Amino acid sequence: MTPIEFAQKYGFSVVNEGSGGCRDIEGAYCCDLLSLVMGRAKENDAFVTVMANVNTIAVAVLADVACVILCEGIHFDEACIARANQQEVCVLETEESAFSVALKLGKELKLC
Amino acid sequence: MNTLKWTYDVDGDDFTRAGEASSNVKKKLRALGVSPEVIRKVSIALYEGEINMVIHANGGKIDVEMTPEKIDMVLADTGKGIPDIEKAMQEGWSTAPDEVRSLGFGAGMGLPNMKKYSDEMRIESTVGVGTTVYMTVYVK
Repeated sequence: MTPIEFAQKYGFSVVNEGSGGCRDIEGAYCCDLLSLVMGRAKENDAFVTVMANVNTIAVAVLADVACVILCEGIHFDEACIARANQQEVCVLETEESAFSVALKLGKELKLC
Repeated sequence: MNTLKWTYDVDGDDFTRAGEASSNVKKKLRALGVSPEVIRKVSIALYEGEINMVIHANGGKIDVEMTPEKIDMVLADTGKGIPDIEKAMQEGWSTAPDEVRSLGFGAGMGLPNMKKYSDEMRIESTVGVGTTVYMTVYVK
């Protein structure tokens, strides 16, 4: 399932489609500590977080994740969205908690 | 013998611009057809280095040299230096200020991540003079 399909199915906002929007989500990683994310998130993971700053986008690029899913109704500011656009990073936003998003990802990835 | 060299200045004033050098190197390595695993190792090691330079040293300079066998990275700053390198290498040890932690860094993972993702790493540091980190990632 691609991030765009995931967003459509569960009613998440697509803030930026980027090139990741059409990649298949192959796994997921939930964390707000960017140094951990960078080292441990895998390529094509959905990166689930509440950390909304421009470094989040940089880490998403470096880790080559399929998308960033920003939880708890937190929003990226315009500078972050501009950076996501420029770097082709797919960004979704939702009011739901990271745990709730993780459950949905687990279901779609047939992990639970 | 093909050797490619790239140099970057890291701006110490702007935390949000950290990552420009590593992103740029990543793009170049991808265009050169370097394996994704090598690109990932180089990008992470360099990005952590950039972040460290911004947090602790008011910026610095990065030199990247690539041969068919390996990628050498030299990150040099004129910051305050590291008094105890062994301690600085421990996961969780950090002297980063709170505002950096609130941005998702400063948890004492920088140098350990750099060591983990490079094949060789060496640190030279003199308190009050600066720090130079040498990292190598083998291409083959």
